[in-house]
This record gives sequence, C-alpha cells and structure tokens, in this order.
Amino acid sequence: MGRVTPLVEARGLAVGHGGRVLLEEVGLGLHRGRILCLLGPNGVGKTTLFRTLLGLMPPLGGAVFLGGHPLSDLSRAEIAQRLAYVPQTLTTPFAWRALDLVLMGAAARLGPFARPGRAEIARAEAALALLGIDDLGPVEITRLSGGQRQMVLIARAIAQGAEAVAMDEPTASLDFANRIRVGKAIQGLAARGIGVLLCTHDPDQAADLGDEAVLIEPGGILAAGPAAEVMTAARMTRLYDIPVRRDALPGGRLHFSGPSGREDQGPVTGAAAGQNV
Amino acid sequence: MSERAAPPLLALGLAGALAAGAMLGPYPLSPVDVADTLIGRPPDPQAAIVLWNIRLPRVVAAALIGAALAAAGAAYQTVFRNPLVAPDILGVSQGAGLGAVLGILLGLPVLAIQLMGFAFGIGTIGLVMAIALALRGLGQVLVVVLCGMAVAALAGAGISLVKLMADPDDQLPAITFWLMGSLAGIKQADVAAALPAIVAGLLPLIALRWRIGLLALGDDEARTLGVEAGRLRLLVILSATLVTAAAVSVAGVIGWVGLMVPHMARLITGPRFDRLLPVALAMGAALMVLVDAAARSIAQQEVPLGILTAVLGGPLFLWLLARGGRTWAE
Repeated sequence: MGRVTPLVEARGLAVGHGGRVLLEEVGLGLHRGRILCLLGPNGVGKTTLFRTLLGLMPPLGGAVFLGGHPLSDLSRAEIAQRLAYVPQTLTTPFAWRALDLVLMGAAARLGPFARPGRAEIARAEAALALLGIDDLGPVEITRLSGGQRQMVLIARAIAQGAEAVAMDEPTASLDFANRIRVGKAIQGLAARGIGVLLCTHDPDQAADLGDEAVLIEPGGILAAGPAAEVMTAARMTRLYDIPVRRDALPGGRLHFSGPSGREDQGPVTGAAAGQNV
Repeated sequence: MSERAAPPLLALGLAGALAAGAMLGPYPLSPVDVADTLIGRPPDPQAAIVLWNIRLPRVVAAALIGAALAAAGAAYQTVFRNPLVAPDILGVSQGAGLGAVLGILLGLPVLAIQLMGFAFGIGTIGLVMAIALALRGLGQVLVVVLCGMAVAALAGAGISLVKLMADPDDQLPAITFWLMGSLAGIKQADVAAALPAIVAGLLPLIALRWRIGLLALGDDEARTLGVEAGRLRLLVILSATLVTAAAVSVAGVIGWVGLMVPHMARLITGPRFDRLLPVALAMGAALMVLVDAAARSIAQQEVPLGILTAVLGGPLFLWLLARGGRTWAE
C-alpha cells in the first residue's frame, strides 16, 4: 500500500449480523482521487460490508480505518467529516427543497444547536453548481426525476466536505441517460481528489469508472486490484455463476455479457465464455 | 402565502385569535372593554372578574395546549417519517385518559386527576419503550409504533372498564366530557401546573430544531450525515410525550390538532423542522383559542373541544389529502 494513508481502509475485516459472518478477511484501501468498485452477486454481503465501513454496524472482526484513525474511536460527526454516503434512493416521505437537502451535508460540522447560515448555504449552492444543477435548488424533490434526485444526493456529499464518498448502487434505478450523467458526476468527484467507494451491479460501469475493483464472493474477496486486470471473464463467470463473456469495445472500453436468450439454449461452458480474455 | 409574508401574517392571526378569545363567551366583552380592563380601568367590576379570572386563564391555556399539541405532532411526524402520525401515536392520550378517568372514579380532587393523567401518560410511553427495547431494540420505528398501538388498546380497554364501573349519574358524564376534551372551569393554577412540563418539553425541540429535521431521512442516512439518530429520536419522543401528557392532563383528550396543524404549517414552510416548528406553534395556539371560544359561545351548553376539532379536522384533512404531493411524497 505504500506510505500513503488510505482514506478508507479495511484490515482483516469480518462483517455480518446476528453473529453470523458473511464476509471474512476483507482487506481494501481507498485512496485520494480513485474509484474503487465493489462487485458481487445479490445477498453476498456487499451492503453489510458497506454499512460496516460507514460505521452503521459493528465489525465482527478486524478493523476499519478512516484516514488512519480507527473507526471505533471516531464520533458520528467525525466519521461524517471523513466519509460521506450517497444512498441508492431517497426515502424521505416529505417534499424537501433540493437546496435544503444539500444543506444537510453541513450537519457534521455544525454544533447540535446550530442552524446552517450564510456560509453553509453558499457551500450547498456551490455543490449544486459544480454538478451543473444549480437551477434545481429551490425545486421540491418530489418534482425531480430519479436521476436529478441522485445528483442532488451527490451534491450533498460534496457539501459534506468529506474526502471519501461511499455510493450504494447509485444508478440502479436510473434510465440510460441518467446512468451516464451520474457516472460522469462520479468521475468528476474523483477528478477533484475525492475517493469514491462504488457498489454496483453493472460490470460495464465498474470497468468504465473503476480504477480498482474488488470482487466479492460468498465468504470473502475473490480478487482485488486494477479493474481491467481483476475483472476477467473467468472470474466474472465464477462470481455470478453464469457464463460471462468479456469484449473490448473500440476505444478500449470493456463490455461484459451473459448468454443471450436467442442463442442455442444448450450449456455454454466457462471455457467458451472466456475465449476473448 | 410567500415565505416572507408568513411571519407577520401569522403574528397578526395569532394576535387576532387571542383578542377574539378574550372577547367571546357567555359574557361578551367589547374590544374597548378588554383594552380598558387590561390597563386597569375596567368598565365594571364584573368585566374585571370575567377577564382576569375566567377568560384569560382559559385563553392562555388554550393557546398553550394548541401550541403544545401542534409542536408534538410536528415532532412525531418528523421522527417517525410519517405525515399521518398524531401525538398520541404511542398511546400517550389513551394512557393519560386511563389515569384521569381512574382519578374521577376514585372521586379525587381536580389537581390529583390531572396529576394521575400526566403520570399515566408518561408511564404509558415508558412501558411502550421498555417493551420495544425488550423485543427488538428502539432502532426499529415500526416496532415502537406497533408496541404503542398495543399498549394504547390495553389502556382503551381499561377506560371502557372504568366507564362501566362509574356512577352513571355523576361520574360517567364527567368521564365522557373529559375524554372529549374541555377547558371549561380552567383556573390560573391549572395553567401554572401544566406550564413547566410544556416548557421543559418544548425547549429541546426548539433548541435542536434544525437537526431534528434530518431524522426525516431515516436512521442510516441521518447517521452518515453525522447525527446520533437513535439518541436524538429518543430525546424528541420524550420531549413531545412530556408536552402531550401535560396538555392532555389539563384539557382532556383533544384529537386532530396534532395531526392537522403540522400539515397546514407544512403547506407554508415545507418540511424543514426549524421552519415548521414556530409556524406550527403559532397556528396551533391560534386554532385552539378560536375553537375554545366557539366551544363556549355556539350553544347554551359547553361543547366538548374534541367534537369541534373533529368536525373541523376531518374535512380539512380530506382537503389536504386531495391536494397531496405538496407536503409529502406519494
């Protein structure tokens, strides 16, 4: 890992709930300006790992470090100053104005009795402007599209001022164009030096955005390292338990695909699927 | 109503409601009478007695109770992330009701009845919290709410039992009237008794008002923003409960105010709790003063407050529901 202290680091981490271990011996490090993608099948424990890294549930073994500090020593506000969170969707039942939602990013730096003032409002407006959505500030989130809401949540993470951002499938419920827009915003965060921990179900997105990838299989990590090296067809086939084919598109982007329904329904072997590697 | 116009209009509305409250009743006072009496030159001795001993304690109590119920409702709706929640969601009103009707059954003096109502209301929440903690922990909002419903149902059964045992000529009318809410016969001492608990409950809500709004996002999200969500929610629930129990112990069970006033306030302010709370306090106070003035003016006999708030609240709530969207997401 070198001498640089990672923004987020897990060492020998075991996660799970109710005493049942889902993942063991998880080690990962997120650095400034890098995008680290977590990939794995449903139910493998990605969300549990995520919640443990955010300090929302205790680890069952090992430790998490934020900027070199053990997570267990940090207060809720201190964690929030180091690691922001972008949820998959917004679940509040109320019609918040977008700007008010972004303002909430200030909570970690405000005292318990304080309200956001001029400085916090300027910060929130700057975060919206950075993403090119300053016109959405006064709009109620109930009037926004899913993609716009996601951008507002990213703006909130920027306003929170943390050096690292954790995103849990931020594009899962978005249409094609919004997926690309949010992807660009994620790259923009990294370009500003923010480390992004990205949980995704889309291998193409992981290969496109991710500097590094961590493949998570039941029990622990299957492989970790630079995305293009780690995400081989053979490993993806093992990870998702279906034959996966990997193609390099013109321009160098990677495209992963499973067996097509229109092709011969006979068994497709992993070896055949791996022919392009 | 625009955001800038709201504060002066609300202040004006509240002042108007208080003035109307001081004037209206079986012994009507003109605005001039009220003003003269307030500055120590009553038109006749009768007016001074009516205003100082009967009218003003009642107006102050109504304002206090309306503000309290509205604030508690706004707080509960925010921390339970549910716009359809009322201050008695966790069984405070039912519990306080059981305490008070027991006091009536035992023939206790009024102050003791109020004290029993207050103690039972607080005790009910303690019981709900203890059961929820034993079952699944306080982190699960739904478990807490369901425990509240179960305990409220038990308290309701207790109330029915007390009604059955009560003397139908003397105690039963008193019980029925109390369960529908009334400020008839309220005295300065009653106001003084409820004031400390209401203030003590409102202070944390006012001091923490911006941060409380973040609880509307849900625990995980609020915690990742740096808020100790579990602790803060517990504090808000306890504060709102204190306020509700104090209000109910003085005025009896008054429904709808805690549900509908926060909705009306949210139409003006949006969901930000720091903006919602002062508006809800003012609107709750004004509404309750007017409803109470109507309760003593529209018929020969006092009309229970609960009936009036339900008559107002039902249609108003349906109207809000039809508007929808503006204050809460579908």
